[in-house]
Amino acid sequence: MYGPLWIVPFFPLVGFLLNGLFGKWFDRVTVSVIACTSVGLSFLWSVVLFFRLSALPPESRFYVEKVFDWFVSGNFSAPMEFYLDPLSAVMILTVSGVGFLIHVYSHGYMSHDESYARYFSFLNLFTFAMLVLVLGSNLLVLFIGWEGVGLCSYLLIGFWFTKKSASDAGKKAFIVNRVGDFGFLLGTFLIFVTFGTLNIQEISTAAPNVLMYGGAIVTTITLLLFVGATGKSAQIPLYIWLPDAMEGPTPVSALIHAATMVTAGVYMVARMSALYVLAPVSMTVVAVIGAATAIFAATIAITQFDIKRVLAYSTISQLGYMFLACGVGAFSAGIFHLMTHAFFKALLFMCAGSVMHAMSNEQDMRYMGDLRKRTPKTFYTMLIGTLAIAGIPGLSGFFSKDEILWESFASPAGGVGFWVVGAVAAGITAFYMFRLIFMTFFGQPRYKHGVEKHIHESPNVMTYPLIALAILAIIGGYVGIPHVLGGHNNFGEFLKPSIAHLASHGEAHHSTTEELLLMGASVAIALLGIVAAFRMYIANPKLPVVIADNFKKVYNLLYNKYYVDEIYYFIIVKPFVRFSQLLYDVADRIFIDGSINLLAYFTGWTGEVIKWFQTGYVRNYIVTFVFGLVIIVGYMLLK
Amino acid sequence: MYSEGFPILSLITYLPLLGVLLILLIDKENIGTIRMVALLIAVLNFIISLPLFFLHDVSTHHFQFVEMLNWIPALGVSYYFGIDGISMLMVILTTFLTPLAIWSSFSAITERVKGYMISFLLLETGMLGVFVSLDLVLFFIFWEAMLFPMYFIIGIWGGPRRIYATVKFVLFTMAGSALMLVAILFLYFLNYYYTGVYTFNLQELGNFPIAPNIQLWLFAAFALAFAIKVPMFPFHTWLPDAHVEAPTAGSVILAAVLLKMGTYGFLRFCLPLFPHAVYEFMPAISILAIIGIIYGAMVAMVQKDVKSLVAYSSVSHLGFVMLGIFALNVQGLEGGILQMINHGISTGALFLLVGMLYERRHTRLIADFGGLSKVVPVFAVAFMIITLSSIGLPGTNGFVGEFLILLGTFKTNATYAVLAATGVILAAIYMLWMFQRVMFGEVTKEENKKLTDLNLREKLILLPLILLVFYIGFYPKPLLVRMEASVEHLLDTVNKKYRVESIEQNNQDKKITIAEIVNPEKNEGTHDE
Repeated sequence: MYGPLWIVPFFPLVGFLLNGLFGKWFDRVTVSVIACTSVGLSFLWSVVLFFRLSALPPESRFYVEKVFDWFVSGNFSAPMEFYLDPLSAVMILTVSGVGFLIHVYSHGYMSHDESYARYFSFLNLFTFAMLVLVLGSNLLVLFIGWEGVGLCSYLLIGFWFTKKSASDAGKKAFIVNRVGDFGFLLGTFLIFVTFGTLNIQEISTAAPNVLMYGGAIVTTITLLLFVGATGKSAQIPLYIWLPDAMEGPTPVSALIHAATMVTAGVYMVARMSALYVLAPVSMTVVAVIGAATAIFAATIAITQFDIKRVLAYSTISQLGYMFLACGVGAFSAGIFHLMTHAFFKALLFMCAGSVMHAMSNEQDMRYMGDLRKRTPKTFYTMLIGTLAIAGIPGLSGFFSKDEILWESFASPAGGVGFWVVGAVAAGITAFYMFRLIFMTFFGQPRYKHGVEKHIHESPNVMTYPLIALAILAIIGGYVGIPHVLGGHNNFGEFLKPSIAHLASHGEAHHSTTEELLLMGASVAIALLGIVAAFRMYIANPKLPVVIADNFKKVYNLLYNKYYVDEIYYFIIVKPFVRFSQLLYDVADRIFIDGSINLLAYFTGWTGEVIKWFQTGYVRNYIVTFVFGLVIIVGYMLLK
Repeated sequence: MYSEGFPILSLITYLPLLGVLLILLIDKENIGTIRMVALLIAVLNFIISLPLFFLHDVSTHHFQFVEMLNWIPALGVSYYFGIDGISMLMVILTTFLTPLAIWSSFSAITERVKGYMISFLLLETGMLGVFVSLDLVLFFIFWEAMLFPMYFIIGIWGGPRRIYATVKFVLFTMAGSALMLVAILFLYFLNYYYTGVYTFNLQELGNFPIAPNIQLWLFAAFALAFAIKVPMFPFHTWLPDAHVEAPTAGSVILAAVLLKMGTYGFLRFCLPLFPHAVYEFMPAISILAIIGIIYGAMVAMVQKDVKSLVAYSSVSHLGFVMLGIFALNVQGLEGGILQMINHGISTGALFLLVGMLYERRHTRLIADFGGLSKVVPVFAVAFMIITLSSIGLPGTNGFVGEFLILLGTFKTNATYAVLAATGVILAAIYMLWMFQRVMFGEVTKEENKKLTDLNLREKLILLPLILLVFYIGFYPKPLLVRMEASVEHLLDTVNKKYRVESIEQNNQDKKITIAEIVNPEKNEGTHDE
C-alpha cells in the first residue's frame, strides 16, 4: 500500500496557485504559511512514502501511478504518470526536505521585499517542477519538470527585474538551458524511434535486448541526453549560466544550487543508467567532462571575491564530481554526493545570505572580515558546511566524495588520471572554501563606511534552518559508510534496484589497504589546502597579493573566468546577431522584398511606356499610322 | 437539397451576413448599438458552432453535418458543405476568435465603426465558407470573397502605410489564386477526360489517378497559392507589412485564421488530390519550411517593432506546421493541425496584447518601452504566459504541437528534425529578448510611468485565450481525438493512391500530354473559361 504519489507535487502546486492568484490580498504571514506548509506537507508525505517503500523487499520497491492521459497521437502516448522507486524516493525527500528549509529561511530573508507573494509562488512552482521531474515515469513528464525548473530559474534569477544584470542573467539561464533541452529533445526522439516508448522502465528493461553494447544508436542517445544534462547541471560547455544565477535572491541560489535544478542532470543520467552502461564511449565523455569541470571551476573559484560567486563555482565543481561518478559507473555514489551536497551547499548559500543580511547586502569578501563573533551562529554553521564540502572525515561530504574518488580509481571504467584530477580539485576546494571562511569571518574588519553599526546576527527564522542543515551536513553521510570503514554502504544498497550496473570485464580486485591509502591521501590533500589557505589569509595576509602580482597572467586568466563569457560573446552571440541583422537588411529587405517591389515597379513602368501608344490624341495615331505606312510601303518597294 | 438534419453549417456561415443586414439598418452615428450587434452576432455564432465540436463523431473520417445541393448542374457545380475533424477545429477557431477580435476593437476603432463591423462580419462569413466548402467553385468563391473585407480593414483602418500594405496583401494572394483557378479548371477537365463527368465536387474529383507529370504541375499551382497564404519562405514579405499596418483585430484574424487557410489548403487539396507530387515535393517543401523556421526566427530577433517581430515569428511557427504536415505521418500531421490552432491562440493573443499597449502608448517600437512589469503587472502576467506558450514550454499548448511535429519529422527524416529543433532555441531567444526589453528594467520613459493596467474588458478578452493555453497544454486529448480519424484517413488516401499510381506508372509508361486533355474540350466548345 503506497497511497497516491501525485500528492507530493500537488501541494506545492496548490501553494503556487493560491499565492500566485490571490497573494496580492494576503498578508505576508499568510503567504509564508501557505508556501511553507505546502512544501512541508510534501516532505511529510515523502517520508511516509519512503518508509512504506523501504518496508518492502528490495526487488518490489517500485510503484507506478497514472494520473491521466496527457496526450496520445497514433502509436505515441504520453500518460501523466508518476513512478516511485528508491531513486525517486531519495530525490523527493531531498528536494522537499531541503526545499522546505529554504522556504522557511526565505520568510526571514525576503521579509522586506515588496513582491513577497510573487516570490513565494515562484518558489513553490520551482519545487513543484522539480518534484514532477524526479517522479515522472516517462521522459516527457520528466521534461515538464525539466523545462519547468528552467522557467522557474528564469523567473527567480530575474526576480529583481528592474536590474538589467538580473534580467540578463535570467534570460541567459533560460536560453542556455534551452540549448541543452535541444539535445535532450533529440535524444527523446531517438529513444522513441528505437524503443517505441518513452516510459523509462520499459526503456531500461528493453535496452540490453534492443541495443548493441557500444553501438552507434545507444551512444548517440546517451550523448544527446548528456547535452541536456550539461545545460541543466552546469557542466562544460554550458555551465556559463550558473555563476550569473546569483543575481537572484540568495535563498533562490540555495534552491537552484542545492535541492533543485542543477541536480536534475545528474538525476537524469542516473535514471537512464541502463542506457549509459551500454555506451562506454558516452561514459568516458561523461567522466571526462565531469572531471574537467570539477577542476576547471575550482580553479576559477580561487580568485573570486564575491562570496556567492565562489560558492557558485564550487557548485559547478561539485557537480563535476557527480558526473565523474556517473561516468565511471558509480551512479549511486553520484546520487549520494548529490544528496550530501544538497545539504551542505544549501547551508553554505544560506549562510552567505545570512552574512549579506548582516553586512547590508555586501557580497565582496574584501569588505568583510572578523564576523566570527558578530554572527556566531552563521559562522559555526558555515564552518560545518565548509568542513563538509572540504571532505574532512566525519562529515557528510567526506563519505560521498571519498566514494567518488575511490570509484574513479577502482571502477573498471575509472583510472588513476581521474583520481588525480579529483583529488587535486578536492585540495583546491578545501583551499578556496577556507579562503572564504578566513576572509569573511577572520582577520581585520574591512567594512565599508557605515556598515559596521548595522551588523547583526540573523533572526531565528533564518538561523534555525541553518542549524537544521548543519546537522544534516554532519550526519547525512552516515547512511553510506563504506565497507572499508566497517559500514555497509546502506545508501548504495538502497539505490541498487533503481540503477544499472556496469558490465564488468574481469573485475580488477583492489585491496583494502589501497582504499585506505587513497582515502588518507585525499584527506591529506584537503588538509594541505586548508593549511595553504591559513598561511595565505591568516598568517600572512600580504601573500595573496604578492602571488597575484608575480603570476599576473595566470591570475587574470582565472579572475576573468578564462574569458569564457567573452569568448562566447565574440564567437557566438555577436556574429549571430550581426548575421541576423544582415539577413534582414539584405536577404529580406533587398532581395526578397526588393524583387517583389521591382516586379511591381516593372509592371508600372511597362504601363507608363505602353500608355504612349494609347494617348487618345488623333494626331499621335496619325503620326504612328503614317510612319507604319512608310515603313511597309518602303519595305515592299525595296523588296 | 440533401442535408443531414439541420443545416447548421449554412446557419453558421451566413449568420454574420444577417448581422451585416441588421447593422445596415442602424444609423452610423449610433456606434454603441452597432458594436453590440456585431459582438452579439459573433458570440451567438460561436455558441451555435459549439455543437459541431461536442457532437462530432470521432469514429469516422466521413464528412459530417453535410449539406448538398446541385447548384449549377450544367457545370457540375454543387453547393456542398461538410466538415471533418480537421475543418471542424478550424471552424471553431474562427467562431471563437471573431467575437474576441470584435470586442477588442471597441476601443481601438472609433472612426467609421459601421463599415468596420460590416467588414468584419463579412470576413467571418468568408473564412467559415472556406473551411466548410467541399466544392471547388464554392471554395474558390469564399477564398476570394474573404479577401475584400480584409482589404478594407487594412486599407481603411490601418496604419500610415496601409495602402501599400493592403495592395501588397491582395496582389500576393491574387497572384496565387489566379494560378489555383487555372489548376482547378484543369482538374475539372481532366476529371471529365477520365470519367466523363463534369464535377467540382472534391470527393468525386479525387477518384481517378492523375498522371504523375500532370500532378506536379497541378500541385505546384495549388501549392503556390497556399504557400503565399501560409506564408512560406520566400513568399512571406507581404505578412510583416500587412501585420504592422493592420488594426489589432485585423492582425489577430490575419494571423489566427487567414494564415491557416494556406496550411488547410495543403491538407484538404494538395495531399489527397496529388499524392505523387506530394512525395516529389516533400523534400523541397520541408527544406523551405525549415528555412522559414530558422530564417523567420533570426529575422524576428532583430525587429524593432513588436508587431513585425510577431509577424516574423509567425513565419517561423508556420514553418513548423508545414514541416509537420509534410512529415506525412500521424504525429506530424496531428501536431501540425494542433499547432495551427495553437498558433491561432498564442499569436492571436500576442497581437491583442501588443494592440492594448499600442492603444495606451501609440507606439510599438521596442525601444519606446522598458520596465513595464512594474507599471502594468496584470498585463505583464498575461504577456508572460502567452510568451511562454509561443516559446512552447511544456504545460502550454505550444509544446504539445511542436513536440508532435518534431517527433513526426524525426521519424521521417532525422536531419530535418535536428535542423528544425534549433527553432526551439531561437524562439526562446527572440521572445525573451523582446520581453526583457519591453517589460523588464527600470521605467526610463516618462510616458510609460502612467500607463494604466488592463481594464475588465481586456481581461475578459484575454482570459479565455489564457485558459486555452493551459487546457491544451495539459489536456489536448479532446482535440487530438477529434482529428484522429480524419488524419488517418488522409494518410491512407495519400499512401494508397501513391502506391496505385506508382504501379500504374510502371505498367504503362505512357505520358499524357496537356494537349490531349484540353483538346476534346476545345472541340466541344461548350465551356468558356
